[in-house]
Amino acid sequence: MKIEILGPGCPKCNKLMELTEKVVKEMGISAEISKVDEINDIINYGVMVTPALVIDGEVKVSGRIPPEDELKNWIKK
Amino acid sequence: MNEIYRLFILLSIFLIAYFLPIGNSAFQNALFESLYMLQEYARQHVILCLIPAFFIAGAIANFISQNSVIKYLGPKANKILSYSVASVSGTILAVCSCTVLPIFAGIYKRGAGIGPATAFLYSGPAINVLAIILTARVLGFELGIARALGAIMFSIIIGLCMHLIFGKEQISENSESFKITEDKKESRSLWKTALYFTVMVGILVFANWSKDESLRIWQLIYNCKWYITGILIVVLISMLIVWFRKTELTQWISSTWLFAKQIFPLLFAGVIVAGFLFGRPGHQALIPNEWITKLVGGNSIWANLFASVAGALMYFATLTEVPILQGLIGSGMGKGSALALLLAGPALSLPSMLVIKTIMGTKKTIVYILLVVIMATISGMLFGYLF
Repeated sequence: MKIEILGPGCPKCNKLMELTEKVVKEMGISAEISKVDEINDIINYGVMVTPALVIDGEVKVSGRIPPEDELKNWIKK
Repeated sequence: MNEIYRLFILLSIFLIAYFLPIGNSAFQNALFESLYMLQEYARQHVILCLIPAFFIAGAIANFISQNSVIKYLGPKANKILSYSVASVSGTILAVCSCTVLPIFAGIYKRGAGIGPATAFLYSGPAINVLAIILTARVLGFELGIARALGAIMFSIIIGLCMHLIFGKEQISENSESFKITEDKKESRSLWKTALYFTVMVGILVFANWSKDESLRIWQLIYNCKWYITGILIVVLISMLIVWFRKTELTQWISSTWLFAKQIFPLLFAGVIVAGFLFGRPGHQALIPNEWITKLVGGNSIWANLFASVAGALMYFATLTEVPILQGLIGSGMGKGSALALLLAGPALSLPSMLVIKTIMGTKKTIVYILLVVIMATISGMLFGYLF
């Protein structure tokens, strides 16, 4: 599973990164988490409001930090 | 490398300690001015103005769906609508300056195109809620309103100019629209959310109501402002209990705290620097008032041009433009030049110019910068002339 966090380095993006790392660790799933912070790359995902979460190329959420249970649901699938 | 770095830090501390002109009276005076100014902010602006403002900003980030605004900026959106939405949506979308550039890039490459994108880029930083509230509170009501209105009007003009100059160049990657992720179901009806925001703004307005004896009604409101504020706070608390889930409230508090954590330290650093350089209004600190009066006093075209060029180059962390301008105005800067700096400053800085350049190329960036500087100068002169 490939998880990407999109965001140019604002505090919210860092918080989403931490949260994702925590959830993945808790669920014991092997996932590759990476950060995309180049604006032109972010735009290529079609995302405008950061932070955004992309799982296997699909944009799951943008513009807010999802609650933990929502995040777990996406990662489970 | 690490050791050399440590040595360097140690050496700089030593040199500062060795050469610090503590005995110098001008230095002492500037130091005291910065402390006075810090105390003035802490006593007058934090509790009644900044803290409620941060809660409002946190609520905007949490309870207003940003995607509902962004859909008006897509490639198929009505043109007139997209310009108007772009020029005012900074209030909702740009609570923090780091969100402006991705949205700008998105509108430019995937959405409504260069016109609305630059309109948003210009107005966004100037009309975010925190900036307007603090400007109105510290620098005066007229300047706060002029800043918001000026930013909205001129952003449309700049957007249209950019569209007229560069609109024909189609962007190839424009075919695919940006994705808007599904929002979670709203848990409240719209009127409840609207009422909730109205009550919060009401608290902010009435708690800061200042004495004005020109009309009897103002005087009446002033006399019972604490009762009104108290009632509104009770109303707000009952709303929170009845309408909101517990998780929503923790999210609200946490995003408010996120803003506060990020912005307060910068703001107070800005206050200290402003106090050290310019002093409180009516007091002189390190930089002589005559210099400031000479450069940006009065309302000449040069004063306004200088203010907007300086503002365009300088980087202001969110809100720090306010104490710096307070110091400058107190030292003799004209109100027009102050507005010019407010309009050019937060919208542009050397670092943001570089990012904008990577998004739309050198030529467009230069034209955009020129437009911003010219517009800021003109609006500064107009404002200085009128008030």
